[in-house]
Amino acid sequence: MLAGRTGTDNIVVRGARVLDPVEGIDATLDVRIDNGVIAQIGENLDTNEHRVIDAAGLTLAPAFIDPHVHLRTPGREDEETIASGTAAAAAGGYCAILAIPNTDPVIDDADVLRGLRARADEEARIPVGFLAAITKGQDGSELTEMAALADAGAAGFTDDGRPVASAGVMRRALQYNAVTGRMIAVHCEEASLTCGGHAHAGTVAAELGLGGWPSLGESLMVARDLDLAGETAQAVHLMHLSARESVDHLRRAHEAGTRATAEATPHHLCLTDEAIRTLDANMKMNPPLRCEDDRAALIDALRDGTIAAIATDHAPHSPEEKDVPFEAAPFGVTGLETSFASLYTYLIEPGVLRLETVLERMSAGPAAIFGLDRPRIVVGAQANLTLIDTAASWRVKVERFHSRSQNSWLLGKRLHSRVRLTIAAGRVVHEL
Amino acid sequence: MTDLRVVGGDLLPPANEKRNLLSIADLTQGDVERLLATARSFAHSQERDNKKLPTLRGRLILNVFYESSTRTSSSFELAAKRLSADTMTLKAVGSSVDKGESLKDTALTLSAYDPDVIVIRHPEVGAADYVARLTDARVVNAGDGKHQHPTQALLDLYTIREAFGRLDGLQVAIVGDAMHSRVARSLVQALRLVGADAILVGPPALLPEGLAPTSHDISTIADADVVYVLRMQRERMLEGANFVPSLREYTAQWGITPERMREGQRVMHPGPMNRGVEIDARVADSDAALIVDQVRSGLIVRMAVLYDLLTTGPVAVETTVEVA
Repeated sequence: MLAGRTGTDNIVVRGARVLDPVEGIDATLDVRIDNGVIAQIGENLDTNEHRVIDAAGLTLAPAFIDPHVHLRTPGREDEETIASGTAAAAAGGYCAILAIPNTDPVIDDADVLRGLRARADEEARIPVGFLAAITKGQDGSELTEMAALADAGAAGFTDDGRPVASAGVMRRALQYNAVTGRMIAVHCEEASLTCGGHAHAGTVAAELGLGGWPSLGESLMVARDLDLAGETAQAVHLMHLSARESVDHLRRAHEAGTRATAEATPHHLCLTDEAIRTLDANMKMNPPLRCEDDRAALIDALRDGTIAAIATDHAPHSPEEKDVPFEAAPFGVTGLETSFASLYTYLIEPGVLRLETVLERMSAGPAAIFGLDRPRIVVGAQANLTLIDTAASWRVKVERFHSRSQNSWLLGKRLHSRVRLTIAAGRVVHEL
Repeated sequence: MTDLRVVGGDLLPPANEKRNLLSIADLTQGDVERLLATARSFAHSQERDNKKLPTLRGRLILNVFYESSTRTSSSFELAAKRLSADTMTLKAVGSSVDKGESLKDTALTLSAYDPDVIVIRHPEVGAADYVARLTDARVVNAGDGKHQHPTQALLDLYTIREAFGRLDGLQVAIVGDAMHSRVARSLVQALRLVGADAILVGPPALLPEGLAPTSHDISTIADADVVYVLRMQRERMLEGANFVPSLREYTAQWGITPERMREGQRVMHPGPMNRGVEIDARVADSDAALIVDQVRSGLIVRMAVLYDLLTTGPVAVETTVEVA
């Protein structure tokens, strides 16, 4: 399902804290990679002719997978390309990403998808999977040829950005998706409740005079899609959950045996709507930042596995679009290059989440949801590794981004921990 | 209430930093007291035949209006002139904005004239904050979407204090579409700052939560000292918006009529009024109305705001004050 090159690098990573929470490994070890495959894990390994990376004091973990990236290609290559987006992902410690099909044209046709995958084979720094649209043109009425798209390599289906309004159409999509075996991912938003909304419908929006985007605008659609998944006995993946009510619905669905998974973004885990008081357009995203109680619910759900994945919803926007007053700005922020460091700084260091939990939710969690190979540190596995300096401290600056866009919610902030090296599909794709 | 007494050391504006007036939320109670005191001293200057003061001679004040406005733009322009500043008013219609120029480019272009103050009105929340980040000029928010209109709130405080002799402990019922009103947002914050209470009264879907107590029952205005009537914007009545079923229904339920007013209450309106919709003509033209006083206050309060932003010394304007 992933497009892009694989590598045959020969490397010995020397003396890192090797940490794979799923495999139960946490020890200071060497890891030898032969021809892009993990060949040996142990102490004082022979280096042969391999490149040696001195990793004393650093942490070597399974590389990350981001199931929710807007690559803006085709159509808005000024904002992001396959090359720049995957370079940004590599810098953030990712070994694979999934791209969202709300492009121009929409990825709703097998030939368009094949063309895009061929471009990714040439341009992508790390492997990329492409989700295809659920409905043609994402207009919510007519299903795409989902089986043909799956055969052409679609990694799943979503109408993210323009969610399927009709319950009947969504029900048919879930039913038919049994044929593809891929995941349907849903952006839950009831448009009649959120139109004109620019921020969470709470006290902050009331004081700022911003149109409200209520929690119910998400949770009502979450409830609908969970019920439809239950009724059709199909799986559904809930994208970027933001509200406590949505988490509550998901817990009940799990108890009822519904096959449902969910993701949360670093910005929803780290920020509340207090952040929009500055009227900085880089604090404007969809769904909006909510209140502290919602943030706590997301963290609890991530901790106990109810939310199994962290996704950035990396949404590049050009300066012309985002460098405007808050109300005029489009939704969306970038996140690929800052995701781990932001979570480390705001949640792991203060003791809110364990390092192991975050590593799992950024790697094995999303892999399992979308049926991708899990990055793992075991002999025989393709090398998909990230080397992290948890003692590093750096300031987020525009000129440091690999992404073509700079609409980060962290501009100017000092973050702790930094990705020093990323190995994706057996080759070094990023190093500092 | 003599003017010079309130101008104490604790009322001095902060020295030497670039200051803006973007939101009432940025002000302290001391700031409000200082501005109202300054306005009061300017009121005396406006009773003379020669109403012009030399205070801001050589300063440049630009008024940039992206939305239609009569009283706000005219009173800012007159306030600047009365203080002897150079001033220009630019309207979106007939300027480069018509040609698609972005707010950023307009702000940078105007900043090239080195204005001391940019007064901006814009339909989008955050526009004044945005321009303040782009320019070295001091920025006065003359209304940004549904967010803030701080000089309106200050002139309302001034008007109420002149009518009642105090602000502390007064009750103000703000009636109408508070949801879409920057006037209501600024006024609620300003009233809280000076120890007065606000209640929002109107159709349930037009009452924002979390700003102030709310009621959809018009009879609750009986407790208020001031009934502050908001303009009912006709665009909110568009088909399908459903905030209220019709203007006729709004008027029947929430229109301010003589029958709904109590003896001793005063009524205010930020203008422009829809007579016969949110306010009955008999109320608007009655002795209870402070609506013309608001316009008069607008001039001197805006003079005070411009003066305050461009000076760092004491605000006592001794030469112009004629202490009774």
